[in-house]
Amino acid sequence: MVGWAIAVHGGAGVDPNLPPRRQEEAKQLLTHCLNLGISALRSNASAVDVVELVVRQLESNPLFNSGRGSALTAKGTVEMEASIMDGAKRRCGAVSGLSTVKNPVSLARLVMEKSPHSYLAFSGAEEFARQQGVEVENNEYFITPDNVGMLKLAKEANTIMFDYRIPIAGYEKCAGLESSVKMNGLPISIYAPETVGCVVVDSEGRCAAATSTGGLMNKMSGRIGDSPLIGAGTYACEVCGVSCTGEGEAIIRGTLAREVAAVMEYKGLRLQEAVDFVIKHRLDEGFAGLIAVSNKGEVAYGFNCNGMFRGCATEDGFMEVEIWE
Amino acid sequence: MGWAIALHGGAGVPYSLPPERRQPREEALRHCLQIGIKALNSKMTPLDVVELVVRELEIIPHFNAGRGSVLTNKGTIEMEASIMDGNTMKCGAVSGLTTVVNAVSLARLVMENTPHIYLAFDGAEEFARQQGVETVDSSHFITEENIERLNQAKEANRVQIDYTQPIYNDTKSGTETPFANGDSQTGTVGCVAVDSNGNLASATSTGGLVNKMVGRIGDTSVIGAGTYANELCAVSATGVGEVIIRGTVARDVAALMEFKRLSLKEAANIVIHERTPKGTVGLVAVSAAGDIAMPYNTPGMFRASATEDGYSEVAIWSEPIIE
Repeated sequence: MVGWAIAVHGGAGVDPNLPPRRQEEAKQLLTHCLNLGISALRSNASAVDVVELVVRQLESNPLFNSGRGSALTAKGTVEMEASIMDGAKRRCGAVSGLSTVKNPVSLARLVMEKSPHSYLAFSGAEEFARQQGVEVENNEYFITPDNVGMLKLAKEANTIMFDYRIPIAGYEKCAGLESSVKMNGLPISIYAPETVGCVVVDSEGRCAAATSTGGLMNKMSGRIGDSPLIGAGTYACEVCGVSCTGEGEAIIRGTLAREVAAVMEYKGLRLQEAVDFVIKHRLDEGFAGLIAVSNKGEVAYGFNCNGMFRGCATEDGFMEVEIWE
Repeated sequence: MGWAIALHGGAGVPYSLPPERRQPREEALRHCLQIGIKALNSKMTPLDVVELVVRELEIIPHFNAGRGSVLTNKGTIEMEASIMDGNTMKCGAVSGLTTVVNAVSLARLVMENTPHIYLAFDGAEEFARQQGVETVDSSHFITEENIERLNQAKEANRVQIDYTQPIYNDTKSGTETPFANGDSQTGTVGCVAVDSNGNLASATSTGGLVNKMVGRIGDTSVIGAGTYANELCAVSATGVGEVIIRGTVARDVAALMEFKRLSLKEAANIVIHERTPKGTVGLVAVSAAGDIAMPYNTPGMFRASATEDGYSEVAIWSEPIIE
C-alpha cells in the first residue's frame, strides 16, 4: 500500500499583473477541487474516478479555460477537448471538437469504456454523446462575457494570446503580449491557455491523469491542441500520471507527458528529476508546465514560464496551492 | 553513409492473400520505392521525399489511404495523416478529411502555413479550400473492395483492421482478443527517410478502421503514436490504432534509442515484440546513421526499403524479394 497523492492545475503562464482578487478566486477553486479529490481518495475511490471527478468540477466552473469558460475559436464558438488515461492498463479515451457537452472529460471516459475506440471528435463525438445520454447544453452556455471580450482584443491585435483571466481594462499593461514571438516560423504571438488537469495515485498505487480545455483563444476552427493527445498533454502508465498545460504545439512536438514516463522507465529517474529534466530539456523555446504523480506516492510539478495555477496534496498531510515560482 | 528509405502499406497481411490481390500491391510498393529512390538520388530533402512517396501511396487504390480508404460505419470516408521533420521537430496533422486528394500534403500545409499543428474535420476541409489543394467529391475515394469490406464487417458486427483479419474489441474488459479468420488486405501507408547528412523525416496516412464510428481518430494523426521523427530516427507505425496510441509506439522507438542507448533495430524490436500485443502493430524506421528496421508482430506487413549503396527489397511476409 502506498500513500495517495493528488495534483491539479488550472494552466501555465500567468499574467504577472493578475489582480489579487482573481488570484484569490483561482486559489480557492483549486483548493476546493483538491479537497474534493482528497475526500474521494479517503473513501478509497480509484485514481481514474478521482481525476474525472476533479476535472468535472474544474470544467463546470467558468474561472478556467475548460468546459464553461472555454476560450473561443476565431468564429466565436467553443470547441472543447479532453483526455483521460488509466495507468493500470494504459487504457485511454479522448475527445475533440465538442460544442455542447457539459463535461468533456466524462465523454472522454465513455469513449475509453463504452466505445471500441480511443478518440472521437467533432460531429461523431457529439453523436456519441447523445447516444450515451450525457448532459448537453447550447454552445452559448459555455461562452462567458470575459472571453467574448478577450476574443475581440485578440482579433484586434491579430494574435493568438494567452487566455489568462485579466480584467479587460488592464490589457494594455499585460506583460505577456509580445508580438515579436514567433510560432512555427510565423509572426504570431502565442500564449499558453489555462487548460485544467488532474493527476492522482491512489492507495493501491494506481496512477491516472486527465486534461481538459477549450484551447487557444482565436484558434482556427478545427484546431486540435495537446490536451486530447495521449502522450502529449496526458499520459499515465504503471509508474506515473502526467497532465501538461501551456503552448500546445510545443507540448505535442515534445510528447511531453510521455517523456516524463520515458525517462523514469528508461533512465531510472525519480519523479521530480524526471519532471525537471523534461521541463529543462524538452521545451526549447516553448512555454509549458506539468503536474505529475508516481506510483510511489510522490507528487511533483514543473514549469518554465511565468507561473502555473496548481495545487497538490499527499496522504501524509502535505498540501499546497500556489501560482508563482 | 548514404541515404536510406523505408515505406509500408499496412501491417497484418494474411498468408492466404491470393496472388491477384498480392501482385498489384507488390508492384505498387516497388513503384513507390523507385519514386523515393530517384528523389533521394536527386538530393531532395527527406521531408519532401516522405511527402512525395506518401502522396503516391494515397493515390493508389490498393492501400488504405486516400483513394482506397476504408469506410466508416456510415459508408463515408474520413482520412487522416501526419508528417514530421526530425531536424526541426516541426509537425503537422489532419483528421476527418472527406474531399482532400492528398491528406499528407494538407498536413504539411498545416505545419508550414498555420500557427497550429493539427486541424480536423470541417476546419481542416475549410483550410484545404483556402490553401487551394486538390479536392474531389468524396465518392472518388470509395472502391468496390471497401464497400464489400464494410458489408462483411457490418454482417459480423465488428470493427475491422482494414488490412487483416477482423478483431473483436471487448471494450468492457479493456482487452483485445486475437484475430479470428477473415481478411481485409489493405493498410495505412507511411514512409520514413534519411539523407546522407542524417536529416530524418516521417509521414503516415490512412482511411482508418473498417466500420469505425464517424469521428473516430486513430494513431496516424497523433504525433508520437503513428508518426515521429527527431535527430535520432524517423518512425511510421501501422496496425490497431488504439494500441499504437496507448503505446506511443513511434515515440517509444526513439525514446529507447535515446535513453537506453539501443540501436534502431533493438529499439524497434523491443517495441514491437515486447511492448505491444501480438497481432497488432508493425512499423518502419530509419536512423540518423542510415540503419533500417521494419519489424511487425502481425502475420505480414506490406513494406519496401532501399539504401544508397543499391540495396533494395520489397516484402510482405518474412521472405523479402531482394530486387
